[in-house]
Amino acid sequence: MIEAVAPEPRIFLEVSHLQKWFGAHHVLRDVSLAVQRRQVICIVGPSGSGKSTLLRCINHLEPIQEGAIRLGGQLIGYTERRGRVIPKRDREVAADRRKIGMVFQRFNLFPHLTALGNVTVAPIRVARQPKLVAEETARTLLDRVGLGDSHWKYPYQLSGGQQQRVAIARALAMEPTVMLFDEATSALDPEMIGEVLDVMKKLALDGMTMLVVTHEMGFAREVADHMVMMDAGQIVEEAPAAAFFDHPESERTRAFLSKILR
Amino acid sequence: MLAVIFHWDTFFHYVWPPTALQNPLIRSGLWVTIYMAVLAQLIGVILGAVCALMLLSKHRALRWIAVVYVTYFRGTPVLVQLSLIYFGSAAIGIYQFPDLTVGGLMLPGIVQAGILGLGINEGAYMAEIIRAGIISTEAGQMEAAKALGMPFRTAMIWIIAPQAAKVIIPPLGNEFNNMLKSTTLVTVIGGIELFNAFEQVNSVLFEPFELFLAVSFYYLALTIAWGFVQSRIEAGLGERKGIERRPSTLRRLLGGTRVSRVSSR
Repeated sequence: MIEAVAPEPRIFLEVSHLQKWFGAHHVLRDVSLAVQRRQVICIVGPSGSGKSTLLRCINHLEPIQEGAIRLGGQLIGYTERRGRVIPKRDREVAADRRKIGMVFQRFNLFPHLTALGNVTVAPIRVARQPKLVAEETARTLLDRVGLGDSHWKYPYQLSGGQQQRVAIARALAMEPTVMLFDEATSALDPEMIGEVLDVMKKLALDGMTMLVVTHEMGFAREVADHMVMMDAGQIVEEAPAAAFFDHPESERTRAFLSKILR
Repeated sequence: MLAVIFHWDTFFHYVWPPTALQNPLIRSGLWVTIYMAVLAQLIGVILGAVCALMLLSKHRALRWIAVVYVTYFRGTPVLVQLSLIYFGSAAIGIYQFPDLTVGGLMLPGIVQAGILGLGINEGAYMAEIIRAGIISTEAGQMEAAKALGMPFRTAMIWIIAPQAAKVIIPPLGNEFNNMLKSTTLVTVIGGIELFNAFEQVNSVLFEPFELFLAVSFYYLALTIAWGFVQSRIEAGLGERKGIERRPSTLRRLLGGTRVSRVSSR
């Protein structure tokens, strides 16, 4: 009998020994994280623990001081030349970011563009797709997030939940290999949270690699493969979702969960 | 007792365009005033945009150059700047301002100097206006553009500029209104614009009250006409962008309504 050898799980996104300061404030302390393709990782923790900063470092919206971030083996935001790490130029950073989609807490839709315009602007101006092709894809994406009838509406004509779904479609239009969600439902009224979480769930089921900073524990328990607990700039616990919620190991996680799940 | 004598015939002859424009000096003067104002404003906007980006640059040297430019040209009289550019640069041999023909349009040296001088001066004011427009856009807009993989330039052109334009265009319109009037300053370097044309007529007729009153109405007509164009542009901008609803020019003039801002959230 031949024993099937499981292939070593390929690490797709790797954060290693990341250090980040805002002036004298040490925001990320030696953070390491490995994400595999199709994995959904939820990052939780009290505010100010560095969750959002970690996401922002991953697509280089924030420069890092030490450590490295690799996507598919490639350094993000920096190049290594003769053993030295040098910041990439604007255009190279932009090219790196194309592979990474990001959804913001405050949506940040472009107010001068319609829903369709928001979704097509990057494919047309960055990926140089013909307008008709980009619009075709955008319509499909807007249908997918349940906004098939709002193509021509401007952001101010949409509810918060609808705006956030447009923002998700906008990020997907660049065909990213990983999606970052930075508290995507925190600015929403309670009745709109569900519609956005549903879209995120569908995305996870479709096999998107996702890093999700969230306070929605129900969503995390249901969708996450892996949970990461952060506190004071450090990862204090990392575990499969079931283990994380049922038998949290660290005292800090237990305290956090008991407070938030009460 | 001193008798006040107002020559109505002179006044009517020169205030009424069909008769006044029979004078070739006035005809070409009016034309020069209009294209000088437009071209100078255009130069001002271009210089202002470049300068605004320099003011916002992370490179200290670029910021410094821009600050010196803005400070100098806002802090010294345009009249002096015009003289410096026209007489000064000719005298020390930088540029003699020869008459040029550009695309069938004859540009006399003085007009070139006028356009350049007014344009450079205007650039200093536009720099501040454009800078304010750019920084008025939310930080999240640039971040969202970057996160989509846009390089700085692409984000500037397609995301930031259209939003900044809403903030820039109203004061830009006021600047152009000023520019129409500032063209009269070119008279000091011997410019052949509208005011200068009337001065020349006056040197023959010597009826300054009637003539200068008449010419003032030409400027009034130009600025009022521009005012209408401006409010049309602003209204169109508000409608198309769908962000901000502005009250009409009349309602704004009469007051009582506040410019309301529809929240983007």
